[in-house]
Amino acid sequence: MIYRNKGSRSTRAGFGEGLLESGILSGEVVALGADITASTGVNLFATQYPGRFFSLGIAEQNGAGVAAGLALGGKIPVFTTYAVFSAMRTLDQIRVSVCYNNLHVVIGGAHAGISVGPDGATHQALEDIAVMRSLPGMSVFSPCDATQARILTRMAILDCSGPVYIRFGREAVPDFTGEELETVPGKAQILRPGNHLTLISTGHMVWEALGAAAILARSGINARVINIHTIKPIDRMAIIEAAQETGFLATIEEHQVEGGLGSAVAEIVVSEVPVRMEMIGIPGCFGESGQPAELLGKFGLTSTQLAVRIERAFRDRENQP
Amino acid sequence: MDLIKTSYYIRGLIIKMLASAGSGHTGGSLGLADVFTSLYFNTINHNPDNPGDPLRDRVILSAGHVAPVLYATLSAAGYFDVSELFTLRKFGSRLQGHPARDKRLPGIETSSGSLGQGLSIAVGMALAARLNNQNFRIYSIHGDGELQEGQIWEAAMSAAHYKLSAITAIVDCNGLQIDGPVDRVMNLSPLRDKWASFGWNVLECDGHNHNEIQACFKLASQNTEAPSVVLAHTKMGKGVYTIENDNRWHGKAPNPEEATEFLCQLNESLKIELSKNQEKS
Repeated sequence: MIYRNKGSRSTRAGFGEGLLESGILSGEVVALGADITASTGVNLFATQYPGRFFSLGIAEQNGAGVAAGLALGGKIPVFTTYAVFSAMRTLDQIRVSVCYNNLHVVIGGAHAGISVGPDGATHQALEDIAVMRSLPGMSVFSPCDATQARILTRMAILDCSGPVYIRFGREAVPDFTGEELETVPGKAQILRPGNHLTLISTGHMVWEALGAAAILARSGINARVINIHTIKPIDRMAIIEAAQETGFLATIEEHQVEGGLGSAVAEIVVSEVPVRMEMIGIPGCFGESGQPAELLGKFGLTSTQLAVRIERAFRDRENQP
Repeated sequence: MDLIKTSYYIRGLIIKMLASAGSGHTGGSLGLADVFTSLYFNTINHNPDNPGDPLRDRVILSAGHVAPVLYATLSAAGYFDVSELFTLRKFGSRLQGHPARDKRLPGIETSSGSLGQGLSIAVGMALAARLNNQNFRIYSIHGDGELQEGQIWEAAMSAAHYKLSAITAIVDCNGLQIDGPVDRVMNLSPLRDKWASFGWNVLECDGHNHNEIQACFKLASQNTEAPSVVLAHTKMGKGVYTIENDNRWHGKAPNPEEATEFLCQLNESLKIELSKNQEKS
């Protein structure tokens, strides 16, 4: 199947729609805001259900704790702000009040990744996956486009139990998956078959990975593309099979290489099917201001750059004795 | 009279369980025994035989390190057998060093131990109760040093903003923390004014006088406009007179010899309290 861009939209817009749909389907859903409800997409819900929306101001630590209290009171709270704040400023509150109590709290992380752009390093969440996936009991979702963000948000809220972190971005990106692609939490999606190597990606980078695979095909390299929309619990079998069947994996993410998707994949690969991996992401540094395309270019995250780097690594491996 | 005896019974349990554990927080646990006794034996709506009753009043121990006073009170109230207190801090116990909800000890509403988080949970519970049209009260218990955490004041702002009068916060004002006097480690005064300026109904009492404590709880429950805070003035180590107001006993447990001595002191203190009480009445 060839995926086409059906019109670019942001994953935050998909999140806002998924939250609203959940609110329509269940009266127990409540949303918490930390002043930036319009830019996180929460305003859709807040406008429709003002009685179930609580503005808590620029006070994220309290916000995470209030969410825990609402869950203890039988509600399904969704606490959303920029990922740098919702996943990291509140880390201890999420660890103790939410996770240690094993509460079904959905934490939305907006403006994740380097593609946030001009706001610069303080607002570019590049460590949230590493931090959130290390917490006991926490599920971590990272949808690849607006449609998947909407579907996964609804599932995170209504179908999951325990704490869930869902990460999404600011920029409009190609909306390509569509309703017909079945999205099941914990189940990786093979978006493109291939037997020479596998590109494993998440979030906005999945579209770039598909582009890279198309470029690699012109060089005779048949790349499988896997979308990991659920980073935890991760689909072990999809990764083991990719390692067994293709023998070379490249992980691609808008996140620090240390601790992110690549690390999650490597944890499985080293114990099950040790194969060579190329881990692509942010190489242990802060971001900076710039247009999203400029920043993706700086870190080699555009499809053309990815194809060049992956082909080189793949050929190097082939030339090794 | 009975409440005084009960609070000393709880103090005795605290000493015994801490001596058995070999570590834990003695001073603050002893200091809060009267507040806990008044709360569980004369104030809250609860049923130890049905700890999951949706309409029960909630008690959140935000200052999780004084877990011994919570455990001892719960067992004295009948939530579980007193003998289980001697598993405190031991491997496999439901009585973790700090309260752990996942161990399913009856009466534990929330895990705690990282200071400053309980008041936010109380705010969330109060908002949920309002949406559910439930009228129970929520008591969150804090140390005075704990108020140095910024999250407390974020939570205080939000409780007043939403006029959550179902909340009664209790501050154990013993003036001491691990490094020394609170006003030297990081001054909180004027504490009454701080809470009042955040929009709270501020009440103060002698935290060892049951009549005063209960009068505060009653006044708090009658306020329908604002959350209430009770500044309970206590002595760390109350009842064991050789360690009263000695912050070295914040995080230390008595050894067996000390425990025997402390239990004797508790007996003497109880007798003095009872005779003082008789003189008054």
